[in-house]
Amino acid sequence: MKLADVSGPYFGQYGGRFVPEALIAALEELDTEFRKAADDPEFAAELQRLHREYTGRPSPLTEVPRFAVHAGDARVFLKREDLNHTGSHKINNVLGQALLVKRMGKKRLIAETGAGQHGVATATAAALMDLECVVYMGEEDTRRQALNVARMRLLGAEVVPVKIGSRTLKDAINEALRDWVANVETTHYLLGTVTGPHPFPEMVRQFHRIIGEEARGQLLERTGRLPDVVAACVGGGSNALGIFNAFLDDKDVELRGFEAGGEGIESGRHAARFSGGALGVLHGAKSYLLQDDDGQTLPSHSVSAGLDYPSVGPAHAWLHDLGRATYEPVTDDEAMEAFRLLCRTEGIIPAIESAHALAGAMRIGKAAAAQGRTGPDGEPLLILVNLSGRGDKDVATAARWFGLLDEGVASEELERQEGRG
Amino acid sequence: MSTVAEPATGRHSGDLIARLREQENRPALVGYLPVGFPTVDRSIEALKTLVDHGADIIELGIPYTDPVLDGPVIQAAAQGALDAGARVRDVFRVLRELTNYAPHVPVLVMTYWNPVLKYGPDAFARDLAAAGGAGLITPDLIPDEGADWIAASEAHGLDRVFLVAPSSTVDRLRLTVRQTRGFVYAASLMGVTGERTQVGSRAEQLVADTRAAGATNVCVGLGVSTGAQAAEVGRFADGVIVGSALVRPLLSDGPLSDAEWAVRLTNLAEVTEDLAAGVRSARATAPADTPVGATDAPGEAP
Repeated sequence: MKLADVSGPYFGQYGGRFVPEALIAALEELDTEFRKAADDPEFAAELQRLHREYTGRPSPLTEVPRFAVHAGDARVFLKREDLNHTGSHKINNVLGQALLVKRMGKKRLIAETGAGQHGVATATAAALMDLECVVYMGEEDTRRQALNVARMRLLGAEVVPVKIGSRTLKDAINEALRDWVANVETTHYLLGTVTGPHPFPEMVRQFHRIIGEEARGQLLERTGRLPDVVAACVGGGSNALGIFNAFLDDKDVELRGFEAGGEGIESGRHAARFSGGALGVLHGAKSYLLQDDDGQTLPSHSVSAGLDYPSVGPAHAWLHDLGRATYEPVTDDEAMEAFRLLCRTEGIIPAIESAHALAGAMRIGKAAAAQGRTGPDGEPLLILVNLSGRGDKDVATAARWFGLLDEGVASEELERQEGRG
Repeated sequence: MSTVAEPATGRHSGDLIARLREQENRPALVGYLPVGFPTVDRSIEALKTLVDHGADIIELGIPYTDPVLDGPVIQAAAQGALDAGARVRDVFRVLRELTNYAPHVPVLVMTYWNPVLKYGPDAFARDLAAAGGAGLITPDLIPDEGADWIAASEAHGLDRVFLVAPSSTVDRLRLTVRQTRGFVYAASLMGVTGERTQVGSRAEQLVADTRAAGATNVCVGLGVSTGAQAAEVGRFADGVIVGSALVRPLLSDGPLSDAEWAVRLTNLAEVTEDLAAGVRSARATAPADTPVGATDAPGEAP
């Protein structure tokens, strides 16, 4: 079997369904509907129409030569998921699941969100398809991403700040799961990444595989060959799996995932599950997990809310153990430097999440240049980066990071944010 | 495998439930409290209070950072316990104290799966049995994922309490009943732990369906908080499980003085007695006025 087609509930020893019994019937129903839809040409046609007419797919592939100067003069191509409607790859999965929800006849969507990208995408699909929508968001993240909170509310969603635990993405998922247990008969939990109980890891991968499939075709058309390296950021891991999936069975294509290294592994303030985590269960799936000796979940940290999560999709844990993909941390500092460089060299403001993949590409390109590594026949190394989202939501964070606001305004802004934090 | 490691004390929850049914025609009162809240020592005092005032079976919760099946009251207690430094291994110390104090009260540990996975399921089962524990209640472990735990609990002669829900299909009820030892935990309504003004009408149906799937002992949890509700549920269930209503009297915004804590224990005793009276009045044909604690006195003289 091709790696790209491995199905749940397990990816190697990872995955499964570690959830209360109350949810099993709904997961079964979802799994059945997902498999029926996969065989239904009408479902595929409707999703394709939405991709084309609503999202704006296919998303472009952009070569970024001025940025590539900082990546050892490799050739760097960006898969522009940032140009999708709602500003990130998240819409791919949301539209797929929302169509399933219509088929199941449920009227209410709930979702978790970290950076707000998935929440915005879910609120958007709910407006489009006339569904009630509640988004759970850690209170800490509502502060970091205030603009996205307003955006979701504009779209008609109710945003519930979660004020328990670490008040970030992990706690938003806990709260969404509690809502789902109570309302599972009328409600669909539109989980935003490739983790959670089966069938979510497989289903969300399925709805994102279009990223890699498009990119593969576009790159072949432009360069006549496959990339040497594919780079993506990995929080839960949906954008990474979406782009990796099309290359899993191309042995010569190196797959590199970049996790949030936060303030550095040694600081303990990071979200690097593969460097600092171990086998564990969280939110329904067995995977790598940041935890203490007692199996209590450890708080994660990242400048980017979307990567600030203590576990990772089970398929990534599996690919890691297989050695098919490698995962390494990128610190806040490295990510912000890549963020700044892409803005200045190419006129593209990336999401801070995606900036971790850009920093990874810089690391790969520089290392290759130092080692004299090239593509086949001495061609420049070809690096494909998934630019999973745009950075509009991150402007306030970046402005503070780089000190870009006028002094009066800046201190006012800081006071306001710290007062609320 | 049925002959392995049966505890000599007959501390299995199923044995007690059967005895209460046969000798007293009443359901068991199963009382939940988390280990280490507000501190480990005080949690032992609170657990002894439960035993002294009529709880038949104790459900000892391990505080966990991500309790997805718990409502605000138990979440707050779990967080309080963790903030106070509670560790997973504290559960064994508390178990030993409790089972010494009340040798005939079965004590089950309620835990989310990751702490056990981290400890090692077999090592956990071994240490649980050695400390006198009766077994585990696993809210986020379904039998389908429970091979390690099923093997470990068989090897160490422990109860395995799995949950069923109103949404469980007949096939899943059968599967769950088959893998359960002790009693089946029927989550009476769709939702998380917490007090409700009404226990779902679905509880009675769920108990009937679970029996039809082969269960001998079915205890009902989620939502029960008063003696009247315990009596209502106890009419058709083999046990009534109460958590939030017992935890609530212990919650506070800050540390409690010894005198304040004593008041909390008195409140806890009152709630427990109300519930104990409820399970004793649940069935019209029950022997009249069985005094609380008369048939299974704790290990020390009152």
